[in-house]
Parts: sequence; structure tokens; C-alpha cells
Amino acid sequence: MGASALARPAAMPAAAGDKANVAVAVRNVDVVFGERDSAVTALSGVSVDIPVGSLVTMLGPSGCGKSTLLRAIADLVPLSAGEITVLGRSPEQARRERNFSFVFQDATLLPWRSAIDNVRLPLEVGGGGSAHAEPAELLELVGLKGREKALPSELSGGMRQRVAIARALVSRPKILLMDEPFGALDEITRDKLNEELLRIWRETGTTIMFVTHSIPEAAFLGQHVLVLASHPGRVKEFVTVDLPAERRLAMRDTLEFVQITAHLRRLLEEC
Amino acid sequence: MADVAHRSPALTQTAAFGFADRFRDKMPATLAVVGLVAGWQFIVWAFSVPTYMAPGPLDVLASFRDDGRTLWSNFWPTFFESVLGFIFGNLVAILLAIWFVHSRTAEKAFYPIAVFINTIPIIAVAPILVLIFGSGYLPKVIIAALICFFPTLVNMVRGLKAVTPATLDLMRVLSASKSEVFWKVRIQSSLPFLFAALKIASTTCVIGAIVAEWIGSNYGLGALIIEATYNFRSPLLYATVFTAALLAVLLFTLVSIAETRLIRWKTSDVH
Repeated sequence: MGASALARPAAMPAAAGDKANVAVAVRNVDVVFGERDSAVTALSGVSVDIPVGSLVTMLGPSGCGKSTLLRAIADLVPLSAGEITVLGRSPEQARRERNFSFVFQDATLLPWRSAIDNVRLPLEVGGGGSAHAEPAELLELVGLKGREKALPSELSGGMRQRVAIARALVSRPKILLMDEPFGALDEITRDKLNEELLRIWRETGTTIMFVTHSIPEAAFLGQHVLVLASHPGRVKEFVTVDLPAERRLAMRDTLEFVQITAHLRRLLEEC
Repeated sequence: MADVAHRSPALTQTAAFGFADRFRDKMPATLAVVGLVAGWQFIVWAFSVPTYMAPGPLDVLASFRDDGRTLWSNFWPTFFESVLGFIFGNLVAILLAIWFVHSRTAEKAFYPIAVFINTIPIIAVAPILVLIFGSGYLPKVIIAALICFFPTLVNMVRGLKAVTPATLDLMRVLSASKSEVFWKVRIQSSLPFLFAALKIASTTCVIGAIVAEWIGSNYGLGALIIEATYNFRSPLLYATVFTAALLAVLLFTLVSIAETRLIRWKTSDVH
């Protein structure tokens, strides 16, 4: 492993002892789609621990099952084998207790609702959850103060995704699951939202799992990068990014950053 | 229909339009109508067309003046038949569509029957219903309802199903119940589809009522059309036809106003 000291394979956290520090525990998970002849193994023997309060990005070639893993944690995809615990609960229980929120690649806003009414949606359905943040303050947090009454059709793609993030935060989730949320945005908007996501992460202390297919995005956002290999989807390496928590876009031009992305790129080539 | 669904935000602020602008906007249509009517009067006059064969616009205007009372008293039965048929036909279609969306079995059982009913020419059903229900209001209302029914059923089913998988995923992550998905998402997303059908129905229900009046009635615009034809009272016939058209335009306008009130958002899915 000719990798620099900056990007090192993290030692898997000891399983039993520090359970309290694990937000999401994935144990030997298989996910198989379809029946017998047409069965496709999306994930095979995946195990990983996501530390509480961390920001973990998930990177891998298409078809490596990174989205499937995120959806399995969110109780959107049933497991074929293995176990997932979210804050010590089953994914279904965690979903009912609103322990996590999900941000999709499309903003999936309801087009007839204004920005603020979209943010309120989680409070109106599924029991609403107990704790909640003030929708207006969340729109301010994501930089949309003054656009509360705007309909989704009146907002740009980046603004719509900001509303989706505010909506995800309204139930004060402990974990935020993000499935390529900025994948459809242009690079400038994407850079800006990356910086803002880091700020929100620091301000709220939420554990974030972030799927992306962009190497710089994975390295810039992540404290850890979970690299997955494809056919079948499995863990390649759980890389720890040794960069300061406070990150600026200019950091991406530093030697340290380039060494990390080079290491990630090598890992992907081996997949 | 599509142009209304795609209306631009600017058009909803007609107040911003100056009178001069609005006049210039309507100018071509006004000139075209005036030109056609003048051309019609000229042909009738130049070729000395007998009035019983084709009356000129001035004859028709005279009929509106002389037979105004007759037209007015025959307008109301047709109006009520059309409106009642519109309400019942669409109500049944909407309820049936909701049932279909909740039960695959119901859809499989009754959809083919609905298609079959739609293929029977309305003019062939009319005598049957007159035989069963006599010459009162009921058969006319049923025929007006029958003609509204099918387009609304098809569009409503399509609208209720026009929810993206991502939106359903979102509602699942929020642990929303089936009824919450129905009221918060499906009903709203079906509205543009529903109104596309209602606008068709608002004009066809008048046709249904008039056809029913042809078969067995001595009141209503349909009966007046038959009577005027048999007595060679061509100006009255033309005036009746214009009155029927005005009724359809009136209903269409009412539905369009309701649409703009209820749907502020834009969709690209409705054709």
C-alpha cells in the first residue's frame, strides 16, 4: 500500500466495547434483487461501523451498491442476509422513531407546496415525530431566507436541493442519509453546497452518510471514505481522511488533498 | 388544454396588462370574427340565399330579439340537465378511479366494462334510456353523465398514479400511512389530470343533454332544434345552436376559473 500517511485504512472500530459510539452498524449484509435465475447480488458480506457524529462519504464505481447500502440502512430495501442496526435499533424501528432523514438525488419536493410547506411535510405525516426544528429557521440555515413562499417551480435546482436538506433536518434527525444529493447540479453550485453542508454538519452535530461518484467530493466532505467495489458490491476499504475538520474549497489544491484523491483513484481502479 | 397547464406566471398578473396591450392582444381574433360574420352576410345577400336554407347573421340576431323568451325558457332545462349530468358523471368517475387505484382486482374487473360502455355510440343509448326512464329529466341527466364519465375516469386513474417512485420513497422514510399518501400526495398530483378531463366534460355534457332531448322531449334546446328544423324556422334554429354553444362556453369558463383557483403550480405531465 504505497499510500501516503494522510489516507490510511482505518482500523475497524472494536465492535462490542464502544457500541455507544456507533451510529450505524452493518454486519455481513447481503442484498439480492430478483428471483433465482435473474437474481442479482447487489451487496455481498458488507460490514462497516459508522461512528457517531462523523461524516462518511461512500464512493465506488456504478453498480457497486453504494445507493443500495444507503437504502438498506433507511429501510427502503430488505436485507437478504446479515444485520443492520441504527443507533442500536432495527432500521424499521429507527425509521418510525425518525432517527434518520433521507435526501434523494432529486429534491422530490411536492410541486404544489411552497418551500416552507415542503419543509413542514415531515411534521404532518407519520405521527410527526416528537422534537422538531423551526421550518423558517432551517430555510435561513440553508440560505433561503425570503423565499419561504416560493413554489419549487420558481426555484433553481440548487435551491430546490437546499429546501430538501432543510426538510430532512426539520425532524432533528441524529443521522442524515444522502444519496448523491448534488449529482445533478453544476460544479459551481455543487462546490457551494458542499461547503454549506460541512457548515451544517458542524453546527448540528448530525452523523452524515453521503453517497457520491465524485472522488474530490468524497475526499473534501468525508472524515472517512467508504470505498466499495462492484460485482458483487463489497467493501474495498474504509479510508480515514486526515485533513482538518475546518475545510475550505482552496484546500483541494493542496498536495495533501491531491495525495488523498490519488489514493482513492488507485483504489477505484483496482475495483 | 396544454396551454392552460403551462400558463406562465406573467399571465396570472393580468392587472399589469394595460388596456391598450389587452386590446392589441385580442385584436386579431376580433377582426377574424367580424370578418367571417361580414362575409357570411355578404354571401347570403349577394347570392340571394333563401332564409329557410341559410339565414344571414342579421336574421339570426332578429330571432334572438323576437324569440328571446322561447330561447330563454328552453335554455334552463338544458342547463340543469348538463350541470347535473356533469356533476354525477364526474363524481362516479372520480370515486371509481379512487377505488381502482386502491384495488387491482376492482380495476381488472370493471375497467373493461367501462371501456365497453364508452364504445357504445351515445346516440344509440339515448332511445334505450328514454324507453326505460320516460321523457322526464332523468334520461337526459344520465346521458349527459355517461358522456362525461369515461375521459374523467381514465385521466383520474392516470393522475392518481402519476406519483414518482422517489416521492413514494420519501413518504415511506417519513413512515406516512396509506391514507396520508393519498390525501397529501395522490389527490394533489391528480388535479391537473382531473381538470384536463373536466374541461372536456364541460362541453360534452351539453352535447349529451341535447342529443337526449332530440330523442324524446318537448322542452330544452335539443327539442327546440328539432322543432325549428321541421318548421323551417332557420333563424331560430341558428339562434338555438348559438345558445347551446354559449352554454358550453359558460361551463368551460367556470371549470377554467376553478382550475386557476385550485392549481397554482405547473406540471409538464398533462397533455
